[in-house]
Amino acid sequence: MADVQTLNTVAVGTDPVTDRISGPRGAKPRPKLSRRNIFIYGTLIVVAAYYLVPLYVMVVTSLKGMPEIRLGNIFAPPVDITFEPWVKAWATACTGLNCDGLSRGFWNSVQITVPSVIFSIAVASVNGYALSNWRFKGADTFFTILIVGAFIPYQVMIYPIVILLREIGLYGTLWGLVIVHSIFGMPILTLLFRNYFSSVPEELFKAARVDGAGFWRIYFVIMLPMALPIFVVAIIIQITGVWNDFLFGVIYTKPDTYPMTVQLNNIVNSVQGVKEYNVNMAATILTGLVPLFVYFVSGKLFVRGIAAGAVKG
Amino acid sequence: MNTSGTAARRPSQLFRNLNAKVASIPMILTALMVFLGGTVWTIVYSFTNSKLLPRLKFVGLDQYERLWSAPRWWTSIENLVVYGVLSLIFSLVIGFVLAALLDQKIRFEGVFRTIFLYPFALSFVVTGLTWQWILNPDFGVQHLVRAIGWESFTFNPLYDQDIVIYGILIAGLWQGTGLVMCLMLAGLRGIDEDIWKAARVDGIPMWKTYLFIVIPMMRPVFITTLVIIASGIVRLYDLVVAQTSGGPGGASEVPAKYVYDYMFLAQNLGQGFAASTMMLLSVAIIVVPWAYLEFGGGKRG
Repeated sequence: MADVQTLNTVAVGTDPVTDRISGPRGAKPRPKLSRRNIFIYGTLIVVAAYYLVPLYVMVVTSLKGMPEIRLGNIFAPPVDITFEPWVKAWATACTGLNCDGLSRGFWNSVQITVPSVIFSIAVASVNGYALSNWRFKGADTFFTILIVGAFIPYQVMIYPIVILLREIGLYGTLWGLVIVHSIFGMPILTLLFRNYFSSVPEELFKAARVDGAGFWRIYFVIMLPMALPIFVVAIIIQITGVWNDFLFGVIYTKPDTYPMTVQLNNIVNSVQGVKEYNVNMAATILTGLVPLFVYFVSGKLFVRGIAAGAVKG
Repeated sequence: MNTSGTAARRPSQLFRNLNAKVASIPMILTALMVFLGGTVWTIVYSFTNSKLLPRLKFVGLDQYERLWSAPRWWTSIENLVVYGVLSLIFSLVIGFVLAALLDQKIRFEGVFRTIFLYPFALSFVVTGLTWQWILNPDFGVQHLVRAIGWESFTFNPLYDQDIVIYGILIAGLWQGTGLVMCLMLAGLRGIDEDIWKAARVDGIPMWKTYLFIVIPMMRPVFITTLVIIASGIVRLYDLVVAQTSGGPGGASEVPAKYVYDYMFLAQNLGQGFAASTMMLLSVAIIVVPWAYLEFGGGKRG
């Protein structure tokens, strides 16, 4: 039977009957060493190697001692494996006057991420619910502003937010940063929830209304349990987004409350002292661990979150 | 029965919707105060000579004149254009090719997809620091090639003013191409199988099918991807700060860094506001035509 390979190379004139027979069965080429397969897998493997090399280099470097780094090349596997750089990066690396390592930044990031995720998703899900089921006059206008706002460079809004936070006394605090993350997470999350709740059959909503359920009751009893998958997607988007943020962290917090990314940058790019590349790489991996963990655990849902970002209202 | 239920809902909505309005207060505040108000505020104050603190002493276009006569701003713009154009082209081409390869009903598709996408989960800071290390001239790629025997080999983008932006581009592409691949793959999967069958029956070579049939069909996907990448490019900041701190000698400055430095380090708010307004303008030039095409004229899927 004519498989994909011959169909690709052979132009007009292939036996159309064979095509039609093999067509509906879905052209699944059996694994074999055709030139086409070598090309496809070869390209994919080379590219995959390019993507994996940085991770490999980071891990390898973080397990070497400094003398070994100075002598060898960065791609060589460690001869003498040591975990000291990891310990140092976590517990004793210095940023400015603080010498308690990245652990401080880690806990700050946890304290920032957890409430940010909960708060922003709570607000956005209720927004999306109101927008899809309880449209009020002007709701669409606010929603449009919100979506347009997602494209406005943050730089245009950061200073007014500094003033707003200063007015309510939250500038430089973790809670101030939580508010900022909730604000900037709102467009994408609201869009996500609005689209989901709009797809819920209207009859369900109407039936609940006839039974006398109100705004909050329908939300908590009917909508919330149904939307659990979309909540998971939102949580994934927010955890990675908040954890990876650098700009807001650097603007809205103080050195004591810097999130992990900011502290990492300060450790690695500090000009004083001898550069300890192994400690730097250990610190870098540590900072990347949380989003990487979320990525590998969530799998398909992570992709769905990305796709959600691409979906337009 | 059903109609009576609906009919009963209509009038009461005026009252009951109070709950929805109360629940939407955060959204309304964000939309009006931060997104709309904040933007207008910044634009207005970009016409003042605010220094350490914002004040309403208007100086016309002074800040903009100073901005456009600052060499640093020009460097920033040039870098952003080079980075932006190249990263758009490369990430779209590479992303599409990878997606097309993955779409060949291959084995281990999930493994490859996972590998291509994982850098996207990492922050720009982590990306920048990683590539700073790999591109380190004394230990990284250059050192390795020289150690193999090619003594005169030179590749140290992070310490060469002329090519530093390409060093950042390499890191940026590593981080972001997986996203493009993902969006493209979703687009390819949305193409009707019958199109492929028809093309096969007609004996059209595969590359031609992609180029003349599939890609035109994926126009909406391409445009959406383009807008997503473009609005991300304008925000380019963390990567530069982590990888080069704007160096060497300010050769890898970008607009977002210019804004931050003037607002929070140089205590020259007016300059920062003017620069950020220019950033807004550049985004508007990209987004407004797209929004018009997408939502304004003629509904498209």
